[in-house]
Amino acid sequence: MLSGKFDVQIREEDGYAVIQTEGYLNGPRGEDLAETAKNLMQKGHTKFVINLAETKLINSIGISILIEIIELLEERQGILNFCGLTPTIEHTFKLVALARHAGIFPDEDSAIAALNSP
Amino acid sequence: MSKQTDSEVVLTIPMHPSMELVAAQTGSLIAEAGGFDEKCIEEIQLAIIETCINAFEHSKSEDQRVRIKFIMKDNELELKITDRGVGFQFDPEVLQPEGETKSHALRKRGWGLELIRNMMDNLYVDSNEHETTITLVKKKPDY
Repeated sequence: MLSGKFDVQIREEDGYAVIQTEGYLNGPRGEDLAETAKNLMQKGHTKFVINLAETKLINSIGISILIEIIELLEERQGILNFCGLTPTIEHTFKLVALARHAGIFPDEDSAIAALNSP
Repeated sequence: MSKQTDSEVVLTIPMHPSMELVAAQTGSLIAEAGGFDEKCIEEIQLAIIETCINAFEHSKSEDQRVRIKFIMKDNELELKITDRGVGFQFDPEVLQPEGETKSHALRKRGWGLELIRNMMDNLYVDSNEHETTITLVKKKPDY
């Protein structure tokens, strides 16, 4: 079932931050997510994992905001890895070239490990 | 929502934020009942969402409503999504061919129709200055 609610959970670790979303990612909720990411960048984080395992739908406005986050991180020589994508979301990220600017991993552990690989 | 025949459902939604989810959820239930698999259902949901938000953002419809007709056939689900807005010029050649874009450049907006085209098997646009109907077809994987 779809849900209208959207939650963002943040976990700050030494050298990186994990953002976990839950629910439909649209424009307003994407703005909340971007604000969360900006706040973490202001605190010095440049390595992020966004875990989308509990987000089954993202619309094109939500995608545009994820691209904004990637651009902000690229300005800071940062890195963003996604994990937990449904096949449809992964296909969408490849269609819009987002997958060329961020990593895609099956689970959080592999996404975190790749943040520190050369 | 009114069920008109065994295979046809019509839903009218207001152009309010997140109302596209109501249409997507209805499409999900109909597609599930019609035997589509989970991946196809997700693709149908995304196509419905993108079509609805395109109408919300661009149609300038006076009645501020979108009408969605779901027609479940033996081998496919057909969707007719209509708004009574100002219409638009549709050039199918601007759409990327199916598959991953070759560009490395990040483009933020304007992906709606390309996403819809890639999620569905067929996309038809019938648009004039009073009304636009987008027809989407998703075939069952076996067909």
